[in-house]
Amino acid sequence: MSADIVVTAFNGGDLLRFLPEIVLTVMGTFLMLLSAILKKQSSPVFGHLSIGALAGSIAGAVCAYRNGGPAFGGMLLVDGFATFFRIVVMSVGILTVLISYSFLKRQDAETGEFHALLLFSIAGQCLMAAANDLIVIFIGLEISSIASYVLAGYLRDDKRANEAALKYFLLGSFATAFFLYGVAVVYGCTGAINLTVVHTLLSATGSTQAVMLGAAAALMFVGLGFKVSAAPFQMWAPDVYQGSPTPVSAFLSAGPKAAAFAVLLRIFMTSFAPIGRGWEPLVWLSALASMTIGNFAALKQTNVKRMLAYSSIAHAGYVLVALTSRSEVGTAAAMFYLAAYAFMNIGAFAVVSHLSGRGERYQSIDDLSGLAQTQPMTAAMLAIFLLSLIGVPLTGGFFGKFYIFKAALESHLVWLTVLGLLNSAVAAYYYLRLLVVMYMREPADAARDVEPLTPAFRLALILPAVGTLFLGIFPSWVLDFAGKSATLVK
Amino acid sequence: MNVNLLTVVLFLPLAGFLAALCLPRSSSDASRRWALAISLVTFVASLGLLAFFDRNAAAEQMALDLPWIASPNIHFAISVNGISLWLVLLSTLLTPICVLISWRSIRNRAKEYYAFLLLLEFGLIGVFLAQDLFLFYVFWEVSLVPMYFLIGIWGHDRRIYAAVKFFLYTMAGSVLMLTAIIYLYNQAHTFNYSEILRQLSSGELRLNVQEQMLLFLAFFVAFAIKVPLFPLHTWLPDAHVEAPTAGSVMLAAVMLKMGTYGILHFCVPLFPNAAHRCSGWIVTLAIIGIIYGALVAMVQPNMKKLVAYSSVSHLGFVVLGIFSFTQQGMDGAVYQMMNHGITTGALFVFVGLLYERRHSLEIADYGGVATAAPWLSTAFLVTTLASIGLPTLNNFVGEFLVLQGAAIANFTWAVWASLGVIFAACYMLWLYQRVFYGEVGEEVRSRVSDLRAREWAAVIPLLVMMVWMGVYSQTFLPPVGKVTAQILVQSEVNVPYRVETRPPAEVAHVR
Repeated sequence: MSADIVVTAFNGGDLLRFLPEIVLTVMGTFLMLLSAILKKQSSPVFGHLSIGALAGSIAGAVCAYRNGGPAFGGMLLVDGFATFFRIVVMSVGILTVLISYSFLKRQDAETGEFHALLLFSIAGQCLMAAANDLIVIFIGLEISSIASYVLAGYLRDDKRANEAALKYFLLGSFATAFFLYGVAVVYGCTGAINLTVVHTLLSATGSTQAVMLGAAAALMFVGLGFKVSAAPFQMWAPDVYQGSPTPVSAFLSAGPKAAAFAVLLRIFMTSFAPIGRGWEPLVWLSALASMTIGNFAALKQTNVKRMLAYSSIAHAGYVLVALTSRSEVGTAAAMFYLAAYAFMNIGAFAVVSHLSGRGERYQSIDDLSGLAQTQPMTAAMLAIFLLSLIGVPLTGGFFGKFYIFKAALESHLVWLTVLGLLNSAVAAYYYLRLLVVMYMREPADAARDVEPLTPAFRLALILPAVGTLFLGIFPSWVLDFAGKSATLVK
Repeated sequence: MNVNLLTVVLFLPLAGFLAALCLPRSSSDASRRWALAISLVTFVASLGLLAFFDRNAAAEQMALDLPWIASPNIHFAISVNGISLWLVLLSTLLTPICVLISWRSIRNRAKEYYAFLLLLEFGLIGVFLAQDLFLFYVFWEVSLVPMYFLIGIWGHDRRIYAAVKFFLYTMAGSVLMLTAIIYLYNQAHTFNYSEILRQLSSGELRLNVQEQMLLFLAFFVAFAIKVPLFPLHTWLPDAHVEAPTAGSVMLAAVMLKMGTYGILHFCVPLFPNAAHRCSGWIVTLAIIGIIYGALVAMVQPNMKKLVAYSSVSHLGFVVLGIFSFTQQGMDGAVYQMMNHGITTGALFVFVGLLYERRHSLEIADYGGVATAAPWLSTAFLVTTLASIGLPTLNNFVGEFLVLQGAAIANFTWAVWASLGVIFAACYMLWLYQRVFYGEVGEEVRSRVSDLRAREWAAVIPLLVMMVWMGVYSQTFLPPVGKVTAQILVQSEVNVPYRVETRPPAEVAHVR
């Protein structure tokens, strides 16, 4: 039945393809041990080490890509797609660490625990990106999620962080259960859990079990839709993003989301591709609902983190538009968009983290008032991120949207495109509000109290800004790679 | 050499913008001197274009086409024709003038101000030169951002409301245009404007009636918001009134032309059938705009608002001229685009100068300025007369041609539109009378001084242009006529067969 799965003892090639996860896990464990040995509980050394680990694992991911192919009997598939998302989540990790230096120092909480959890979470996301097997996907999802639940509640004394962690944990567990249920149904119908095998079986048998498989697709969509905060499973996102420590919010809005989208794209574009007509309306509706709910709810927010949470729901909607187009062009567009989104969103959260001050006092939109006068560099960077989130040309966000809606039009989704683009005009309003207060108001307390930029933080602002502009001016480089890697069914 | 010059004109302001960002924040003098120098150099370079421009050709000239992004196939394609040439010159002429009139009035955050002004110039020039639809969209949006900041940071009391409204209106229109551009690309597999045009006119690419209509409307709405065409004009009075003087000048003189240029350059040749089918409605809206704008201008107590509404009225003429589909009408429309840039630009400059002195935009706060500042009054009078279409001054030529074109197409249109000319005389002369004659108030006497050397430098080029364009239109019109004739052919010839589902050869055969 499944001739191409030959279970063998693993060899060197398998381990090489698994290198990023190995590096991250080993380093994560090492950091935990180190924090037990070191007398000083709070030290920037942990941050340095985890940046080293992430840089090393990016190198590992590149090595793995050079020797790409299936690993562990087809459970992993290290292709361009996997490598793209591995690099995205690890870059997100590096930026998160850069943001967290000053934040954790301010809270006096630069522990090994934080960085270990971060590395574990990223290891899980790398695994998700490379997984080609439903059970491995599930394992990756759990590794990533459990570490993120703890990260969300990392500041133990903060009531909001506790609430966020609990909410995230409870709802997240439910969602994962849905996903697992879907896996079970797929296994029941086809007897396989390998994505490629399921694809082959479904292409051959056609629609004999269409209803059951449709249900399985729907169940998995619930689980993954939760992870990417797509409507109607978006309820947790605003509370969790608002309550979590800001660097963690930045991480949650980019890393797990990119990994979950990788899984979503891989499952729906390989296994469920043969029954695409069945799930397309579902994703269509979810895409439209996410964009609309996200954007309209964001209009009314006064807390920046909450507003960015709603905006991230809307951006999940844009990526779902790419999925709805059910084409390789769409997949490539989604990949590009997620990379651009990771940069611009982390950048925006970085500024919020920088401004929020000790105990995260300053989080409201008005607290940005006059930032352009007290710290023009920070304001200019945030302006770039916001313009990119709006989708103004010469930024990565614009090209992302452009490719997505181009793919959608190619698949004749005219109405979804028009509604999506009008949505992005609505979105302009709330992003502009931030620009307005930053540039057109007199400085308020928060902007006057703002700390000087540390070198690490300067880097945490400049790197995403350069990335955003690079993707906006020379998008070919990334897009070509995404286009080459978007063929998931080989 | 030619190619290089066009690129130089386009990229000088961008280079100036980037360099301006690096200037020290503390010295506003360095920023404005730098902006003036760069904008003057750009202007001189753009004058150089005239030397290389072939006045007898209708085709796009000095074309430069570099691949930018491989997939989708986006090119950095720019070129200039008899219409865009003048609009580029208009932009490059007005930018140094804007720097001059901001010299004293902008003290706060001068560095960013002049940087944004240069970025705006870059965007505007780019819009007029872009021959790749995608590139056009990029410039279209790029020009939006600096204007948003100019209004929002350096504007008057309700500046934030005006800036956001301006941004959102334009954005809403431009996303529709983006949809249409992508849709066209998916059909034609190119963003190159002349290639799409070729495919359409050779019948290689055939759009059905509904497609053509929707695409036309998507483009047209984006442009009509920018023009602005009644009833999409409501952002304009707010933006104009709240913007700083230079912002109003650039907005009125150049940015509004982006809309009419877009209609003329893209909408009409690409979708001639739809353009013809909609022309009745559009002309009706344009005429309503002409009369409505004039009537509302008449009752404004605020000088800037008056000029803003007069823009709605003047731009109605431009749209009317285009959609009369006659040679005279289109020539007049283009001429009127330039005229409006010069005249209304000048009006905003004067209003700005008065505001700098008296710190009020209310007409009621003035009176007797002619006594206090005779030269200022004389210059303003010339501009007023130009604006109301006095023969030998520029607007007369444009309005005459538009009305002539409209009369050829449909005499009733001309009759209604000419009401606008009459009303213009009413509101402008009445404005002049109330501001410059009458009792000299104490405030006016003590504060309103006459033009200074720097202000003269800003005003004289505009006055010269008014007379030149009014007396010797032959300098400007022949290249325009070449292009409009071509647009006219494109919009007429394609009509018979574009709606057919058969290839053009067959249709010709049947006939």
